[in-house]
Amino acid sequence: MKNLLFALTCIVFFAACKDNATNATAEKSADKPKAELVSNKSTDGLNVGDKAPDFNLKNHDGTMISLSDYAGKKGTIVTFTCNHCPYAVMYEDRLNDLHSKYASMGYPILAINPNDPEVKPADSFEKMGERAKEKGFEFAYLFDDGQKVYPQYGATKTPHIFLLDNEHTVRYIGAIDDNPQDASGVKKKFLEDAIAALEAGTDPDPNYTKAIGCSIKTK
Amino acid sequence: MMNKLMLIFELQKTQKKTKALLSFVPFLCLLWFSSFLIGCGGNTSSAKVETLDNVETLETTKTSLPTIPIYESFDEMAHIFQYQNDTTYIINFWATWCKPCVEELPYFEDIHKKYANQPVKVILVSLDFKTHIETKLLPFIKENKLESEVISLVDSDANSWIDKVDTNWDGAIPITIVYNKNKRKYIGEQFANHDELESILKTFL
Repeated sequence: MKNLLFALTCIVFFAACKDNATNATAEKSADKPKAELVSNKSTDGLNVGDKAPDFNLKNHDGTMISLSDYAGKKGTIVTFTCNHCPYAVMYEDRLNDLHSKYASMGYPILAINPNDPEVKPADSFEKMGERAKEKGFEFAYLFDDGQKVYPQYGATKTPHIFLLDNEHTVRYIGAIDDNPQDASGVKKKFLEDAIAALEAGTDPDPNYTKAIGCSIKTK
Repeated sequence: MMNKLMLIFELQKTQKKTKALLSFVPFLCLLWFSSFLIGCGGNTSSAKVETLDNVETLETTKTSLPTIPIYESFDEMAHIFQYQNDTTYIINFWATWCKPCVEELPYFEDIHKKYANQPVKVILVSLDFKTHIETKLLPFIKENKLESEVISLVDSDANSWIDKVDTNWDGAIPITIVYNKNKRKYIGEQFANHDELESILKTFL
């Protein structure tokens, strides 16, 4: 009973404090546009062991970049991501950290926005440039103009990772880690473990993971 | 003060449903209590809110929010996919931030109402983030007057449970499972309209 009383008293304080904060957040979120998803796509595309096809896409800074430009790297972290998806946004800082840690080891991130900006204006080429500047992306962030690349890879959502080795063979597909909402709560670093496996000359295990994400926007 | 008391009871009801959480209450309370002492009194953002004209409305909205079960782990709610009775279950995964999910919610609500006297049960599994339950999910349920059962799943390790829902699912939402003791169907995309959902349901009845 003593315990209960203590808990109750505490909750009063909690409630008193939380009330205003919650209201403020609720207010703020009211005028924020909701994220958009379209239909799920089939999982046709690359499997682990397949050779990843080359592409030539416009980077957010206007330069053209090909996967073949990354020949000679030990690996490439092809990352389908976008501006608007709450899950993609939650991984932006982690993408920066991963790139700064692994690019120098020979595994740069190569990000691609697969969404149709006519369906989701927040994912336009112009907005990509703005976002890249805001977040200080050091990695390339390419626009899949005409949406020709993501179907070849079989990307279905953002974020969606395809880890390629030095020969551009797919070695891992899936999530970055097991906790989108809280980087400090991550227990399994799927992508980093997969890179470690390549470094050790072994096969990533798991080589395929699933995650919640925003489906890719198409008309 | 009445409002505050009601909120306390609501919070408690929610907590009952998350047994694990309850055991942390005394510890959490110490934290909350200390943060109250340190920060709450001089909180500038709360002062701003109080100057708003509609603060009363917000207060009322807050205190009458619905309560829903919150599952920290998928395994705690896995049973909703395994009922072996005469009911047909329509289980939809959605989130308030997912536009096509929100677009198709009225179809589920229609079915819930139309089949109220038949053995049909709609369950809307929200994947809204844990931190958004009170600020986004509960107000959304209230504002849109959702009558179907809504439950919240906040198990972030989706790789560990997506396949338990359906191996065809890769994690993008919305998706819907319709099942009864005789058969099961996975629908991996948004419904185009009400009839599309109802015609699938009818194959189960």
